[in-house]
Amino acid sequence: MLKLDGVSKVYRVGAFGGRALTAVSGVGFEVGEGEVVSLIGESGSGKSTIGRMVLRLTQVSGGTITLDGRDISSIRDRKEYYRQVQGVFQDPFSCFNPIFRADRVFALIKEQYFPGVGAREWRGRVEDALESVRLDPGNVLGKYPHQLSGGQLQRMLIARAVLLDIRLLVADEIISMLDASTRIDVLNLLADLRARGLGILFVTHDLSLGNYVSDRTVVLRDGRIAEMGPTPLVFGDPRHPYTRSLLAAVPRLHTKWTDAPVDGTADGTAEERAEDLPCAYHEAAQGSRTRPGLAEVADGHFVACSGCAGAAPEEKKMKERA
Amino acid sequence: MALSVTDLRVYYQTLRGEVKALDGVTFSVADGEIMGLAGESGSGKSTLAKSLIRLDGRMRHAGGTVELDGRTLPIADDRAMDEFRFREVSLIPQYSMSALNPTRKIGKMVGELLAARGVPGGTAELERRLELVGLSKDVLGRYPIELSGGMKQRVVMVVSTLLNPSLLIADEVTSALDVSSQKAVATTLLGFRDHGLVTSMMVVTHDISLVYQIADTILVMYAGRLAEKAPAEVLVTAPRHPYTRQLVSALPEVGVRYEDRRLAGIPGNPPSLLNPPGGCRFRDRCPVAFEQCAEQPPFAEVAPGHLVACWKAE
Repeated sequence: MLKLDGVSKVYRVGAFGGRALTAVSGVGFEVGEGEVVSLIGESGSGKSTIGRMVLRLTQVSGGTITLDGRDISSIRDRKEYYRQVQGVFQDPFSCFNPIFRADRVFALIKEQYFPGVGAREWRGRVEDALESVRLDPGNVLGKYPHQLSGGQLQRMLIARAVLLDIRLLVADEIISMLDASTRIDVLNLLADLRARGLGILFVTHDLSLGNYVSDRTVVLRDGRIAEMGPTPLVFGDPRHPYTRSLLAAVPRLHTKWTDAPVDGTADGTAEERAEDLPCAYHEAAQGSRTRPGLAEVADGHFVACSGCAGAAPEEKKMKERA
Repeated sequence: MALSVTDLRVYYQTLRGEVKALDGVTFSVADGEIMGLAGESGSGKSTLAKSLIRLDGRMRHAGGTVELDGRTLPIADDRAMDEFRFREVSLIPQYSMSALNPTRKIGKMVGELLAARGVPGGTAELERRLELVGLSKDVLGRYPIELSGGMKQRVVMVVSTLLNPSLLIADEVTSALDVSSQKAVATTLLGFRDHGLVTSMMVVTHDISLVYQIADTILVMYAGRLAEKAPAEVLVTAPRHPYTRQLVSALPEVGVRYEDRRLAGIPGNPPSLLNPPGGCRFRDRCPVAFEQCAEQPPFAEVAPGHLVACWKAE
């Protein structure tokens, strides 16, 4: 459904825009119908920029983003595009105007997209959408934003997107502001929406959240894809040293960092140790390098070069022998 | 006993009345103990952390005492607290970016800070401590804007602990950081205790899995009161308060997937603290609530070092 092909984004920075900052370079992946793809990266990895480009909030500098084979920048009528693709963002409180009732967001949708629908029918639709995000309409309609919790507001924003009968939802860090006891409900909700055929691009920095909900995972590093593939493969058998070091740094409930298995070389961080391992990209057969800069190490599991500078590991071994 | 807090009450004054953000809190932190303080937003954990160092204008000390190393902290008296701040109690603020003066180089800023406290400045100790947190002494000649988020956080940590405080309060120090810098900052905190730079520590966080990595004990708060305190291992593996149980089981972990095991949140919301209902405050969301919960359960010891405020936690 959604396809990114060699997408890049260059920002002009510096006092007179004289310098260029490449936020995203050559990123390509797909999001199918009824599929949750999580985009994982640390700050500055370009994950939000990709989300913004898909939502047409930022222009694409290179490459193309297509929806059902149509370049999204060629869709003149933005409304037509936003009927199919919507976004939900990190801070639910800043998405509502505090002086209006929270359900105004639904009225705005009606005004803009469905002016011909009768009031009674619209009311029914709003209630259906609220029930689909597991909110009690009687409980939230007519309330002001400050009377609702972050989780409720976030679910209202998802309901707003559902009203448009969208096909793709860009969820940019939608859980990070929520409390632990409510965030899991929003995650389960995403999984339920997926079952109804909605494609979801789930942007997050939290590996455990991405792992919980997504079918496929794309790990970004400095604007490039480090590794991507089916979630169980990426998390169960990470092939890129960066993915490994990220996974090692995630705090877990039942294992402490200090309990983590230490390789023969006890010194150095996980990342340093991982760099001594052979680079999965250069170890893979020439024929498996099916995408630019990525080698397919297993079915649908792609990995980039670990930064070994070409054949550097082999040279190193040669030197050691000599 | 480094810190002992007895029946502490701190209320926020609002136009609609007083918000009882901290309502009768009694606990202690031993020498050398790192205590994780966990809770959701609105649980009172930040209020507790703040009241041990500085009450702001809206906060009112409504009762209770705080003792540190046998001396009573005059928490309601802003001026008298000056003697304790930075020397005895020190805070690492949540946003290190806003804690550093953007117009001063780090070294100069620290020098001014020490001069203001009447402490003779010397860069040797400062450099040694920067090294301890993995920073080179070059950072002293740089402006805050030239440092990354994780580096700034570590600079602030060094400054906060410069006078070897007895109690260090770390308020959500890792929340704004990436996972890899989170780990570095958390292990640095551990290093402060192990090197004897601080005696005990309170690590305030909403992330139980992170604080579990470094804390000896974890204290869980709910709606202005204490719910449970136990050694970190016990709290995570065998919590006794229904709230802690549900909270721990709602955390997604790496390896847990939606298809295999669907986690459940806690239905409902915490009560308003403006006029909180009597009795146990978790009652309305609690699956095991019964008549007796209309009465506030005591924060009682059910096993050595394991305290729970629940009638059913036997």
